[in-house]
Amino acid sequence: MDKKITLPITSEKAKDLKAGDYVYLSGEMYVARDAAHKRLMELISEGKELPIDLKDATIYYMGPSPAREGRPIGSAGPTTASRMDKYAPILLDLGEKAMIGKGRRTKEVMDALVRNSAVYFAAIGGAGALLSKCIVESEIVCYEDLGAEAIRKIKVVDFPVIVVGDCHGNNLYETAILQYKK
Amino acid sequence: MIRSIDTKIITENIKEMCIEANHYLSSDMKAALDKACETEESELGKKILNQLEDNLEIADKEVIPICQDTGMAVVFIDVGQDVHFTGDNIEDAINEGVRQGYTEGYLRKSVVADPIVRVNTKDNTPAVIHYSIVPGDKVKITLAPKGFGSENMSRVFMLKPADGIDGVKNAILTAVSDAGPNACPPMVVGVGIGGTFEKCAKMSKEALTRPVNCHSKIEWVADLEQEMLEKINNSGIGPGGLGGSTTALAVNVNTYPTHIAGLPVAINICCHVNRHSVREI
Repeated sequence: MDKKITLPITSEKAKDLKAGDYVYLSGEMYVARDAAHKRLMELISEGKELPIDLKDATIYYMGPSPAREGRPIGSAGPTTASRMDKYAPILLDLGEKAMIGKGRRTKEVMDALVRNSAVYFAAIGGAGALLSKCIVESEIVCYEDLGAEAIRKIKVVDFPVIVVGDCHGNNLYETAILQYKK
Repeated sequence: MIRSIDTKIITENIKEMCIEANHYLSSDMKAALDKACETEESELGKKILNQLEDNLEIADKEVIPICQDTGMAVVFIDVGQDVHFTGDNIEDAINEGVRQGYTEGYLRKSVVADPIVRVNTKDNTPAVIHYSIVPGDKVKITLAPKGFGSENMSRVFMLKPADGIDGVKNAILTAVSDAGPNACPPMVVGVGIGGTFEKCAKMSKEALTRPVNCHSKIEWVADLEQEMLEKINNSGIGPGGLGGSTTALAVNVNTYPTHIAGLPVAINICCHVNRHSVREI
């Protein structure tokens, strides 16, 4: 089912999403991947304040190519989410509501979705040029020294994603394959 | 006759090839995607494939890299034995081309100088370079930027001779099934069979640079390529791993003699952005 959602995603909005829904997101989200997650976790373990507000946050696992003049961002498709599996359950427990990436997640992450009424979306891997057209603003929030891995805040309009893991315990990667297996 | 080639020419070509490969796919890859759009059984799968085609068009028209992971630059360079390079040493010349291509072409710098310390080199160098000495006085360069979503899902299996062809098939299907949605399907599957541990891995990468509409000239290998493609597409993984009948666009297999005691098999998986640029100088 096609849906349009305005960010931020709250628990209420997440509860309405089912694995397989095709969703167009509009609003603000954070961008962070491997190295940025590692730094956030270090701050959490030291009990220090985070540079981003995790409450109802959507985090897009992505590291863009450099923007050409006059454009907000370069190519901007999702990276493999499993590399963030180690960190995701903790961030979800601290308020993060949605993750955008591609590829399988661990049971720990899927359980954290149910526990926190959160959602895991897949964006289309390798469609970085197309997805960049849905990003209208981009600014670096912190960790500029990480280059493509800096934490960014971006504004998106009708950014296409598919619900893979919902808060009802469904996993589209497991169910969809069975339909077409011969 | 010895032919002199200034390595500045190599630098210039590598630079252009980095930019070209990251913005345009080869015609055989585009044709394979076109065909998949027609044959895909899943509605969602079809929608994703169409978006991948739109993505290629946007990349081309608006000069945006096809994928944000513009890869680590893998360079196969076949140097004619009658060639004499002048100027900077060839390795520096290649890396200078990568540096210029990735910097001037607005490509992502994804290389860290040390696998554990992990500080970005900020210019995507060094490249991974495979040299071959071949007959003649030409230099053939194949530049293949390799993204790591699919690279991470690649495997080497050191099988026993007794495992035979069934063991090889099982290895390929295991690697593809484990890769699933992580490797951005529809994928291209490069396979190396034989040689040694490193030789089969290198062959599997070279196999990815062969056009996807071109089978091996060895009959049993061509049969294996066909059978594996069919089995992979029956796995149900589909475009984006979200279910469907298009999981791979091609399976390319290269082989080499091996030792009486071994049967090495490498599977190098590439996403649908199977980039390479080839030039002869």
